[in-house]
Amino acid sequence: MNAPDDFTDDTRLTPLRLMIMLFVLTLAGALGWAVCSLPAYSSGLAVTALAELSNSGVLNPVTAAVLNYRGYDTLLEIAVLLLAVIGVWSLAQAEPPAAFEPASPVLLSFLRIVLPLMILIAGYLLWIGSFAPGGAFQGGAVLAGVLVLLRLSNQDRAIWSHEVWLRFCLVLGLSVFIAVAVGVMAGGGKLLEYPRAHAGMLILLIESAALISIALTLAALFVGGRALSDEDSSRASDNGVQPE
Amino acid sequence: MDTLQTVFDLVLVLALLWLAWRVLAAADLFKGIVLFIAFGLLMALAWMRLRAPDIALAEAAVGSGITGALLLSGLARLRRLERSAQPHIGSEP
Repeated sequence: MNAPDDFTDDTRLTPLRLMIMLFVLTLAGALGWAVCSLPAYSSGLAVTALAELSNSGVLNPVTAAVLNYRGYDTLLEIAVLLLAVIGVWSLAQAEPPAAFEPASPVLLSFLRIVLPLMILIAGYLLWIGSFAPGGAFQGGAVLAGVLVLLRLSNQDRAIWSHEVWLRFCLVLGLSVFIAVAVGVMAGGGKLLEYPRAHAGMLILLIESAALISIALTLAALFVGGRALSDEDSSRASDNGVQPE
Repeated sequence: MDTLQTVFDLVLVLALLWLAWRVLAAADLFKGIVLFIAFGLLMALAWMRLRAPDIALAEAAVGSGITGALLLSGLARLRRLERSAQPHIGSEP
């Protein structure tokens, strides 16, 4: 482990580093100047956003912006998350579960108490997103925490071994979002232009599907590779690696 | 009350800047990740003080929680790779 030590001990001021330092300082100065030159108070688009709130189908202005006014951005964000999983799965395979230590009884008892609560909180965050701070991304992250805890305690084999279901759930959010986005065009609207009467329902539908996909996506990134299917596991055990 | 809030904000800003520096300067990757998680939690507090509870929730759940877990799992994988590449390396810190 020589490389990191060399790296930390070397604090000489070489010409290159001097240039980088000057560049960063200039950048910091320019950013500071830009912030200072902003008007002290600016309503921006907030007035328009709040005025249109009654047409958006939800009562929380942030959810309205994320899923109604700027729905296209969110659609692409969910597509990016899916692409990230595809990228990770193409690069690596998940570590075999034997690499983790067996879960301690204390951890397992703790999980029995905390996991139902976390799932409840994820659902609550999704639901409350229509009225107050919350939404699919926050709820999805909490649900991903459930999957990460299951991974750490070696209890998640049932989740990652059903590859068809796993893939179905990973693309569910994007598929439902695209289906709704295109589906509203059948009623004569433009892409992502929800009819006013059904906007709240459609947003909740998109968010529910997105919650599942986001949770699985984040957990799949934590697992760090394509999960071993049953055939892969038996092949690995033939090679001397003990599967769970 | 206002003075108390100003002092709180000031301490928060100083703690954030100090933590950010410690994250960047940490030679030990594990220490850096733990400091990054702490930074994320304080950042969520800062978003609350800026009255942006939506971003505070996202920062605490995604920025601090999931990203921290991702970094730790990445570090574990990195160490396993190092160990298999250089079997003579002994104990881990």
